[in-house]
This record gives sequence, structure tokens and C-alpha cells, in this order.
Amino acid sequence: MKHTISILVENHAGVLSRISGLFSRRGFNIDSLAVGRTDDPEISRVTIVADGDEHTVEQLEKQLNKLIDTIKVKTLSHKELLPRELQLIKINANPQQRGEILTVCEIMGAKIVDISANTMTLEISDTPAHLMRFEELIRPYGIKEIVRTGVIAIQKGSDTIKK
Amino acid sequence: MIKAAEAMVKCLENEGVKVVFGYPGAAICPFYDELTHSDIRHVLVRREDNAGHAANGYARISGKPAVCIATSGPGATNLLTAIATAYADSVPLVCITGQVSTDQIGCDVFQEVDITGAAEPFVKNSYLIKDASQLPRIFKEAFYIAGTGRNGPVLIDVPVDIQQTMIDFQYPEKVELRTYKPTVKGNSFQIKKVCEALKISERPLICAGGGVISAKACDELRALAEKTRIPVVSTMMGLGIFPSAHPLYMGMLGMHGVRTANEAVSKCDTMILIGARVGDRAVRSPKFLAETTKIIHIDVDPAEIGKNMHVDIPLVGDCKHILQELTEKLGSAERADWLAELSEVKNTVPKEDETEGYVNPKMFIRKLSAKLSENTICVADVGQNQIWTCNNFQFKGGRFLTSGGMGTMGYSVPAAVGAKFASPDSEVVAICGDGSFQMQMMELATIVQEKIPVKIILMRNNRLGMVRELQTNLYKDNQTAIHIADGNPDFVALAEAYGIRAERVCTMAEAEAAIEHLCSSKEPYLLECNVWRNESTL
Repeated sequence: MKHTISILVENHAGVLSRISGLFSRRGFNIDSLAVGRTDDPEISRVTIVADGDEHTVEQLEKQLNKLIDTIKVKTLSHKELLPRELQLIKINANPQQRGEILTVCEIMGAKIVDISANTMTLEISDTPAHLMRFEELIRPYGIKEIVRTGVIAIQKGSDTIKK
Repeated sequence: MIKAAEAMVKCLENEGVKVVFGYPGAAICPFYDELTHSDIRHVLVRREDNAGHAANGYARISGKPAVCIATSGPGATNLLTAIATAYADSVPLVCITGQVSTDQIGCDVFQEVDITGAAEPFVKNSYLIKDASQLPRIFKEAFYIAGTGRNGPVLIDVPVDIQQTMIDFQYPEKVELRTYKPTVKGNSFQIKKVCEALKISERPLICAGGGVISAKACDELRALAEKTRIPVVSTMMGLGIFPSAHPLYMGMLGMHGVRTANEAVSKCDTMILIGARVGDRAVRSPKFLAETTKIIHIDVDPAEIGKNMHVDIPLVGDCKHILQELTEKLGSAERADWLAELSEVKNTVPKEDETEGYVNPKMFIRKLSAKLSENTICVADVGQNQIWTCNNFQFKGGRFLTSGGMGTMGYSVPAAVGAKFASPDSEVVAICGDGSFQMQMMELATIVQEKIPVKIILMRNNRLGMVRELQTNLYKDNQTAIHIADGNPDFVALAEAYGIRAERVCTMAEAEAAIEHLCSSKEPYLLECNVWRNESTL
């Protein structure tokens, strides 16, 4: 089962390698990892999507909490979760196909961020499931390149990671 | 303004450090230069891992973080095994390594290695100092982190140019870490649950681990056990908490433990693990045990609870506080039947045979421990010698040290040196085999140079005996790579070459006479015992 774990850490050199090292050392598989600073420049927030059963996740939380640089660990339940991922896709597109692609993008909430004689570069930010659907729709044109940020997530409602 | 290297020395002085163990090199020279102006005694070991093991012995006896020092590159990597050994046994160390100059980091220059990266899996925390002004804070934090909560090693890597930088020195009075706050007091609701479980239990059992010693809670544990009449078994790391002869003490449990302890584990209805981490050698089938027994687990490290075994009542906190509280809250009990059942097994002493021309190591250790004074510190190495010592040494109130978690061969002699520095009035005896001795025999030089009167017992069976037994039992006696007779030196002559008095004994009668020499000697002493090659571990 997939779990989304949010971690607040001190924004020090080497913290990310400690966290990722811990996952591999304890035999946990990471699907994605995203990191960036928070409103406090001394604190970074890491979002990890990992596979494992309840016991595994409990162990993982405890081991993450043991790291001296860890401020807070929280596994976000699927019900309270707002997950987002950003994806950039470069596809083949000749001038005749541009209109069609534009329509798909409008419906799916994607943006066209660059264009060349025979390619278009699209940007989409949404849930991982929505990104998958979009990718399938766009695949027939010929995907040249895909980049994704990995999932980040925040809680619904007024709750925050600190509460 | 002072040099950061001088600040490093001042940090150690502020932490009350009296002795450090190390080995110099180019990248740590500024620190060594300043160390000569201090009263701190530097003990020069003969290989860096032994600086770590000596600090390990010193820390465990003094109950405070101990310091070891190495240079960059190979000096630092040699230290790795000692860091991992300390991590596995939760021993508080502050390990200081020199590093190449900050502008050269990442260029693969001479004696450069990413030691904070390499040590990452087995340090409690580590620092690579890039800003010299942060050095005092980092040292303060390192000592605090190493010696609080679940103890462990902390590594500080200091580039050589940082050591030369001038800084304003002021040692911080306290640590400010928003992220690190170990739990001390046990949750009162959980304590209540433990009390209730113990009240209804008919056959409770305490399993005491090394955490009880780290928490300096041996007296508290004994008070609880004696008031509630709950029998006690110990893990290898918990040996020495209870005197061997105590009527409530049932011995060491596990794969290499004694029958009484293992029967107690299988017959108890409630087991209270205290400062023990359910290691595989102690609890072979945790799943089965948890299914048949109610498990209470008390530990300062929440990550240990439920890691290897399902736990019914978890209780996080410092066991010194928790044990005091439990003793207050629990009433006294008798448990005559349960104790009688266990004592019956305990009092059946297995018969040992003597083999002509050899010293029986089990009998020898019993006789040796009977002669040694009460406050003796016994350090066992790894291998058969370790298990012989664990199961036959009669603990009377002294201390027992060994590398329990990592099983690091070559631990005993350097750790004994460290222990002797921490407690100069105690007798310190290292027990090792001919295999493990040869992983550390360079430390005879340290013993002689520092005039440290540790006593060494060398059990020579001309085999790597533990592996030999494994090959006999599991690999159809295909004995391979365990024969060391052809390379073994004359150990007595070797010790004498260092100026250490040594004897070789081949019978129990000779051994008994040698024990007298060992106990009466005020000098370092080595005793080689000729042990039969097929002597069993248990």
C-alpha cells in the first residue's frame, strides 16, 4: 500500500542523504521524493511516497523521528490528503495537430509552455491519477520527453503538519 | 580570538574530559599541537579502531561520553568499525576526525574520504564543520547528543584549515535543539497498565538489557525485583546487573544462554523487557514468544519498541525513573512456586570434564572469577571465549564489557585499556581467543608505554573456534579457513618481547597457580591457556 509521508527537517547540508539513506538501509522502497524549503528558510519539507504495510510505516516514522535533524513526521491519510504533482511533457506536434492538442490541454487543465516547428511542450499540475490520464491522452502524438517533480501534498481543511 | 584547534581542546576541557585516545596524522595536527598545552592525557594507541574501542571501554565504565581521535582518510576509515561497535551497543562516544582543507574537499586529494557519509548508517549524529565559528556549539551538541536518550557515537569531522581559523571562543552553557528531546518520564497511563498486568501475572519475568546499565538503574532494577519477587534474566549486554548468585537471577537468555534463563522465558506468562532490544541472538523467535506471552517493553528509544516483536504494553522513558515509579506503585509478592520451579533448574550444575593436557575454559573462568575481587571489570572478546565468559564468570558486583551487538573481534584488549583508565583502582581482565588476540596484539605496546596494568587471558585452541563449531554442526564438519596453529606465534615470548610478564598453562592445576600470579601482579600480565581444539561453546 502507498503512503504519503511529510517530514519537516532542519535545512542543513546532508539531511536529504540521511533521509534517503535511512529508507534504503531499512529496506523501504521510495516511489517519489520531493523537497523544498518552507515559509521558514531554516526548515525544509520533504514529501515521500513509499510502499509498505502498516508496521513498515510505523517503523519508518520512528526511525525518521530518531534523526536529530527531524522536526516533525506525519503520514497523511488518503482521506485528508491533497496531493499534487507537476509534469512537463514534450511531444511531437506538427502544425496541423496543434489545434487538437490545444483542445485536450484545455479540457484537462494543462498549459502549453513552449512550441517549436514540430514539437510542443506542455505543463500540467494535478493529482498523480489525473496526470496519468493526461499522459495516456497525449501519448498517441509521440512523447519525446517527460519530467515530473514527484508528489507533494498538504492536508485538507485547517489542519497543518504541526497539528 | 583563539585558534579553532585550541577551541577544540577547550571544548573538551569544558566537558570535563580527562583522557582521550587517538592516533595523529597531518589533517589533525593543529589539534594535537594545541593538546600539548592541556592537562588532558592523550593515549596513543597503535591503530585507530583501538582508539574507538578504548574510548568505548572508558565511556562504559565512566558513564560519560568518551573521546577518540583520528586523522583524515585511512585514519578515519580505520575508526569506522569502532564507531559501528559503539552504535550497536549504544555507547556514548565523541569521535573527532581531521579532514582535508575545505577548498580541497571533493577533489579526491591525499588522505581524503567522506567520513561523515561513510559513517552515516551507524552514528547517532555527525558534523562536518565548515564554519569555524560554529565549532563550540557543535562540540556542545555532540556531547549532549552522545550521552543523553539512547546513548551513541557522534562524529565531528574538522577540516585542517578550519582548525587553523581564528574564532571568538565561548563555550555554550546549554544546548538548543528544537528537534531532539528524549523522553525521560514514563507515561502515567502506560505505567498504570504495566502495574495492572503485573498484578494479575502469576509467572512474570524481567529481561534486563544493557539499557539498564546505561541508565545507571541497576540498583533500581534490583529494588523492583526484590520487592515484587520477579525473577530476572539478562541479555549479554545486561550481564553484571545482577550478581550471578542472586536467588532471583536466572542467567543469560538466548542462543548462547543458559537453560534456566531460556526455560524461564518459555514458561513465563508476562515478560518485561527493560533496556533490551529483542536482538536475534537473545530472542530467536520473537513472533512465537509474543503469541504465547504478554510483552511489556520499557525503552528510552521508541523505535526499539515493536521493531522486532509485537508488544502489548509499550512504555517509553528513562528506565531509572520508570523503575523507581514501578517499585513505589507495586506491592510486594511471594511467587514461591514460580521461583522454586526455576531455582530447581538453576541449581543443577552441569558436569565438566577435564581433558588431559588442556585447560577447561569453563572451569577456568569459574575459578578465575571466584578469585577476582568484587569490583573487577571483565572484558570478553568475541567468539567461544565470549560465551564461555558470559556463562561461567561469577559476577559479584563488578562490570562486564563485550561487543554484544556488532560482535567485533579485537575489542577486549583496547576496551580493557580504556576501562582501566576510567577506573584505575579496579582489576581489569580481558579474555580473548588466539584469533581475536591477533586482531589487537599491537595494543600490547600501548599497555607497556602507558604502564596500564591490564591482565589478558588468551584461550589458545589453535582454531577460530566459533566458526569451527559452526562448520562442524552446519557444514558437515568441512573445516576451512579456521586453522591458525601454523601461524600462531609463541604468545608468551611475544608478550615478553614487549616486556610483559606471561605464562602458559596446560592443566587446571597449573592454571590455578597462574590465577594467583595474575591476581597478585601489579603489572600487566598475559596468561595463555591451552584449550582443547574441539571444546564446545555451551
